Amino acid sequence: MAGSSTAISLTDLTIAAARDGLRARHFTARELTEAHLAAIARLNPRLNAFITVTGDRALTQADAADTALSRGDFAPLTGIPLAIKDLFCTEGVRTTAGSHILSPFVPPYESTVSANLLRDGAIFVGKTNMDEFAMGSSNMTSAFGPVVNPWKRRQDADAVLVPGGSSGGSASAVSARLAMGATGTDTGGSIRQPAAFCGIVGMKPTYGRCSRWGVVAFASSLDHPGPFARTTEDCAILLGSMAGHDPKDSTSADLPVADYAAACGRGVKGMRIGVPREYRVDGMQGEIETLWQQGLAWLRDAGAEIVDISLPHTKYALPAYYIVAPAEASSNLARYDGVRFGLRENGTDLRDLYERTRAAGFGAEVRRRILIGTYVLSAGYYDAYYLRAQKVRALILRDFTDAFAQVDALVAPTAPSAAFAQGENMDDPVQMYLNDVFTGPADLAGVPAISVPAGLDANGLPLGLQVIGKPFDEATVFAVGAALERAAGFDALPQIRAGA
Amino acid sequence: MSLEPATIRRIAALARLRVEDAELPVLAAELNGILGWIEQLNEVNVDGIEPLTGAAQMALKMREDVVTDGGYPDKVLANAPERAGDFYAVPKVVE
Repeated sequence: MAGSSTAISLTDLTIAAARDGLRARHFTARELTEAHLAAIARLNPRLNAFITVTGDRALTQADAADTALSRGDFAPLTGIPLAIKDLFCTEGVRTTAGSHILSPFVPPYESTVSANLLRDGAIFVGKTNMDEFAMGSSNMTSAFGPVVNPWKRRQDADAVLVPGGSSGGSASAVSARLAMGATGTDTGGSIRQPAAFCGIVGMKPTYGRCSRWGVVAFASSLDHPGPFARTTEDCAILLGSMAGHDPKDSTSADLPVADYAAACGRGVKGMRIGVPREYRVDGMQGEIETLWQQGLAWLRDAGAEIVDISLPHTKYALPAYYIVAPAEASSNLARYDGVRFGLRENGTDLRDLYERTRAAGFGAEVRRRILIGTYVLSAGYYDAYYLRAQKVRALILRDFTDAFAQVDALVAPTAPSAAFAQGENMDDPVQMYLNDVFTGPADLAGVPAISVPAGLDANGLPLGLQVIGKPFDEATVFAVGAALERAAGFDALPQIRAGA
Repeated sequence: MSLEPATIRRIAALARLRVEDAELPVLAAELNGILGWIEQLNEVNVDGIEPLTGAAQMALKMREDVVTDGGYPDKVLANAPERAGDFYAVPKVVE
C-alpha cells in the first residue's frame, strides 16, 4: 500500500473514498478485500454476522477487479467488498434464508439485485445472518444462532445487544467494518431498524424500485430489497446499482433511476418537512423525542419549513401488517415441502413427509406466522381478518398520500428504543412486534424511507432518525437524510470493529 | 375470538405442519395473544374502502406468452433431496 492511504485503515474507508483510492491506484482491490476478509476472520466468531464467508471467490473477484482497474475500466463498484443478506440467491453459493429448511440449498441462479451489483464490479465477501425467513426484529430467530451488535452499553458493557432484525447480520457487518456495504430487505422495518440499532445508514426504496426476483419470498407485497452503508452517499451509490426495471419481476417499476448520490448534496432549503404527530408513543425513550426535536431544528436551520401533520391510522399499521404479512408468508412458504429442494424428513406417506419436513425445518416464529396466516385466510375468517386488514392498508396509504399533498418528506424516529439485549422482549411475540411501530407503515404504503444515525442515548448507543418520502422520490429522501447526517456529524464508533 | 386446541390442529393440518399435543397449550396462548392484539382493527371504520392488495401503484406489465427459459433439468433437479432420472422422487402415493 502506498501514499496517503496509509493514514486511514482500509476498513474505515467509505465506498466513495475507496472508489477514488482504487482508481488512483493507492491500493488494490486485493488489498482492500484482504483487509475485510482479515477483519471477518478475527471478528465473525464474536459477531456471527456471516453464515457463509466466500473468501476464495472474493479474492478471485478482486483480482479481476484489479485487472479491470489497471486497464482504466471503471464500473461504479469495481473492487468494493460487500456483504449479501442470505435471503438473496447467489449462484453456486449456499443461500439459507436463516432457516434450517434451506440449509442444504445452493441456488443455480443469481438474484437480479446481486447480479446488478456484480455487473457493476462489486466483490462479495459472504452471506449475512438474518432472522429466519426475515421474520424478526432481533436476529434471535436465525437457525444459525443470534447475531451480536458491535455496540456496547456504557453502563452494562457485559450485556450482549441484538443488532435488530431481520437484516441484523448485514447491519452488524457494516457497522463493525467487515464489509463496506451490504444488501438487506425491509418487509416491516428489517433494513431501517437494524441500521438504527447498529449506528449506520439503511435505505428502503419504493416498492418496485429494486427487483424481488431471486430474493427468497416472505411477504411478496411488502418485501423491499435495499442497501446498508456507513454514509448516506454510500447508500445512494449502492441503490443506484441495485435499482432498475427487471422483466422477471412483474411488480418491478419501469421508471428511470435518478442520480441518488448527486441528490445527497442538494440540501433542504425551501422544503416542507412533515412531523407526524402519531409517531409519539407511550414508553418511547425520552432521548428519542429529544433527538427528533433536534433533527427538526437542524433541518429548520438548513432552510426547511417544519409542518405538523397527521397520519391518523398509524396505530393500526402493525396489527394490519400482522395479518397481511403472515397471510402472504403462509402462501409463499407452502413451497417448502421436502420434495424439490431443501430439507426432507421422511414419513410414512407423502403427507406425513410434508408435515414432518415442515415441523423439523421451520423455527418457532415461522411456525407461528404460518399458523396465523393460514387461519386469517381460512374459510369463514377471510373477510373478518384479511379483507379488513387490506382495507386498513388502503387507509394507511391514504394517510401518506394526504400528507404528501402538504409536504415533501416526513421525519420521525426509526425505532422506539435503542438496541436491547439478547433475551429482552422475548416472552411475548407482540412485544417484539412493537419494535416496528415506526417502520411498518412505510412498508404497507410502499413509500421510500431511510434511517440515518443521528445521536447516542445516555448509555452510548446509537439512535436513528427516519426520513419518509413520496413514491419513487428516493432523491428527496437522500437529500433530507444527507442534510440530517451533515448536521448530526455522527462520528461515534462501535466497540467491536476492525482496527479497534 | 379465541382459538381452541382443536382449531389449531385444523389450521396446522391445512398448513401441513406437524404439531405435537404437548405444544398446543403454548401455541394457543401465543396465537390468542396475537389475535387479541389484532382485534383493535375492528375499531376502524372501513365502510366504502376498497381493499389494497399491494404497494405497487401501477398496472402490472404484460409480456408475450412465450417460453423464455428452460431446458436444463440437471440445474432444476440439482437441489432435489431425492431424484429418479429427470424426476423428483417421493414416497409411493398410488398403490
